[in-house]
Amino acid sequence: MTRIDVRKTYKLYIGGAFPRSESGRSYAVNDARGRFWANASHASRKDARDAVKAARAAFGGWSSRTAYNRGQVVYRIAEVLEDRREQFEAELRTAEGLTAAKARTYVEAAIDRLVWYAGWADKIAQVTGGANQVAGPYFNHSAPEPSGVIAVVAPSGPLLGLVSVIAPAIVTGNTTVVIASEPHPLTSITLAEVMATSDVPGGVVNILTGPQAEIAPWLASHMDVNGIDLTGVTDDELARNLEIEAAENLKRVRRPGVEDLLAPPALDRMTTFLETKTVWHPMGI
Amino acid sequence: MGFEYAPAPESRSVVDIKSSYGLFINGEFVDGSGKAFKSISPSTEEVLAEVAEADDHDVDQAVKAARRAYNRVWSRMSGAERGKYLFRIARIIQERSRELAVLESIDNGKPIKESRDVDIPTAAAHFFYYAGWADKLEYAGYGPDPQPMGVAGQVIPWNFPFLMLAWKIAPALACGNTVVLKPAETTPLTALLFAEICQQADLPPGVVNILTGAGATGQAIVSHDDVDKVAFTGSTDVGRAIAKAVAGSRKKVTLELGGKAANIVFDDAPVDQAVEGIVNGIFFNQGHVCCAGSRLLVQESVAEEVLAKLKRRMSTLRVGDPLDKNTDIGAINSAEQLAKIRELSDIGEAEGAGRWSPKCDLPDHGFWFPPTIFTGVTAAHRIAREEIFGPVLSVITFRTPKEAVEKANNTPYGLSAGIWSDKGSRTLWMASQLRAGVVWSNTFNRFDPASPFGGYKESGYGREGGRHGLEGYLK
Repeated sequence: MTRIDVRKTYKLYIGGAFPRSESGRSYAVNDARGRFWANASHASRKDARDAVKAARAAFGGWSSRTAYNRGQVVYRIAEVLEDRREQFEAELRTAEGLTAAKARTYVEAAIDRLVWYAGWADKIAQVTGGANQVAGPYFNHSAPEPSGVIAVVAPSGPLLGLVSVIAPAIVTGNTTVVIASEPHPLTSITLAEVMATSDVPGGVVNILTGPQAEIAPWLASHMDVNGIDLTGVTDDELARNLEIEAAENLKRVRRPGVEDLLAPPALDRMTTFLETKTVWHPMGI
Repeated sequence: MGFEYAPAPESRSVVDIKSSYGLFINGEFVDGSGKAFKSISPSTEEVLAEVAEADDHDVDQAVKAARRAYNRVWSRMSGAERGKYLFRIARIIQERSRELAVLESIDNGKPIKESRDVDIPTAAAHFFYYAGWADKLEYAGYGPDPQPMGVAGQVIPWNFPFLMLAWKIAPALACGNTVVLKPAETTPLTALLFAEICQQADLPPGVVNILTGAGATGQAIVSHDDVDKVAFTGSTDVGRAIAKAVAGSRKKVTLELGGKAANIVFDDAPVDQAVEGIVNGIFFNQGHVCCAGSRLLVQESVAEEVLAKLKRRMSTLRVGDPLDKNTDIGAINSAEQLAKIRELSDIGEAEGAGRWSPKCDLPDHGFWFPPTIFTGVTAAHRIAREEIFGPVLSVITFRTPKEAVEKANNTPYGLSAGIWSDKGSRTLWMASQLRAGVVWSNTFNRFDPASPFGGYKESGYGREGGRHGLEGYLK
């Protein structure tokens, strides 16, 4: 007799826990060959709102950690991911039908991307901030601070795509609510398991699975979300509508565009969700 | 108390206001296609000039001129040469500073000591600062070969008409963009004088275009298909509308919007300095300042002392003729703004806050509002939540630094904040906790071209000033 394998239930990742959608809904996910693979949770409006609440609750603690500490946590994600390379390579092959070589390229790029961003944690302020030479007896200094809770519509690449949007947002101190790749949600939840075991505090990364067009508007219009990354939105009409919703509380918006995620990133994924704070103080004796 | 001062008015003879003005498109003044409107002096209600209103056709002409100038001249010129034009403009502003200051005070209503000592010199400094960036952009940290956006559509407010023009035009030109700028409906005159300055500087035609008009003109500029970059300073409501209007386009947008800044006074603050800072924070420019310290958060243990000194200081403020060199508080910019300030103040009273103003004689003509404070204000009061944009201060007390942070951050805005304390560690901790783009500690309302300015949250996005101010004009 062959052994019957134990299958995993794919759930959401909210506040460091893995709940099912409160709606009880799910949708079938097929592998690259079109065979049933598993059911993914179909997140609801309530799930999205719960995720924002968890992200807001985590923001104070995460943003006030030292940059050194945040860098180590992001580096830790890379370490744990490195340990599970084979699992992710296999998942990418199943999900997207990649060749072994391609799958390895993406997994390695995802790990290396995490390492790259981890190193930015305690350098970004030196590169984007500094002393301002004002014409008067004042100490004047600018430094970046995280914008707050960032909603992210992840691109379809379930691993490198997800890492490329999450790492730059959280390494600077933001917390995130991510809508995973709609066609390939399962790898995103596996990545959530990596996060959950990498000292990433609960609520810093929250991952929802389900239809982008249904969930994204709730996040775009949520008044306690400070920014939205539309990288994964390919429908221009949806992107436009999300931008309109986002304007209601002046969210910082990263507009979608065609990008080669394997190429070395620029700083703008971090700087889009950073605020510059300038502090003045008189000098005198 | 009660010092008598003889009037000391600045002479108006230095300015020459024409009876009517056209639009400045492609280096020359042309008639507008829309209806003309009047710009009046808010301190006397006299009509100063008739000004053209730019309609959609005019906007299109201006954008076309800007595009031509961008393609044929400005984007091809070396940064060093662009910089020289900006240096020229900075120098002409300095040369004509008295004229600009007097004109600004006449058209806007602000005291001459402010237009003379703050608005105009800071505007010149802004051009001087960005002139120096024009040939150094590859060192600015925005990539090895940063490129201009193209045509910038810029809409500015009435509170610092000439200074806001400088904040918009200087970085845009330095980065190689050409501009179409609309000054506010009630304060177009210094922008029109700036058009003359561009002519004197021999700035190539079309690099700067000035269109006068009201909301519809601004809307036409920001929604024009051939505008690549939108920069707006003004109310959060209009900023929101602009963000919606450009949604789905590839336009780069920077918005500098409203505020409801907390000015926080601790019990160890140097009280006399703090009182000066409170006065400067809310009564500078009649409180028509987006970063005004409109909420005074004072530690309970010193509240009585601070309030007593504040009231005493307020009774020495002189409200009146903007051109008088002794005037501290000038005219409210428009009848409309005065009505808004009155309405919100009446609501403050109706909601139970205690209203106080020093005894002061207001002129018979023009738009005036006395410096006013409200005590016993709570977070739920509308005067604690909404931007009044006038000389009205809401006083709130707190006990602990944590409570001060809670109260200060309890607003959808996040433009600026003030801290008054002698304890360095607490000041730095407070500065790190306040969700605001500019934090002044033991000072308030300081501006400098080298210092980035802009908000968190619903106070907008993007920064103006400093190296950061280049980002919005580069790709």
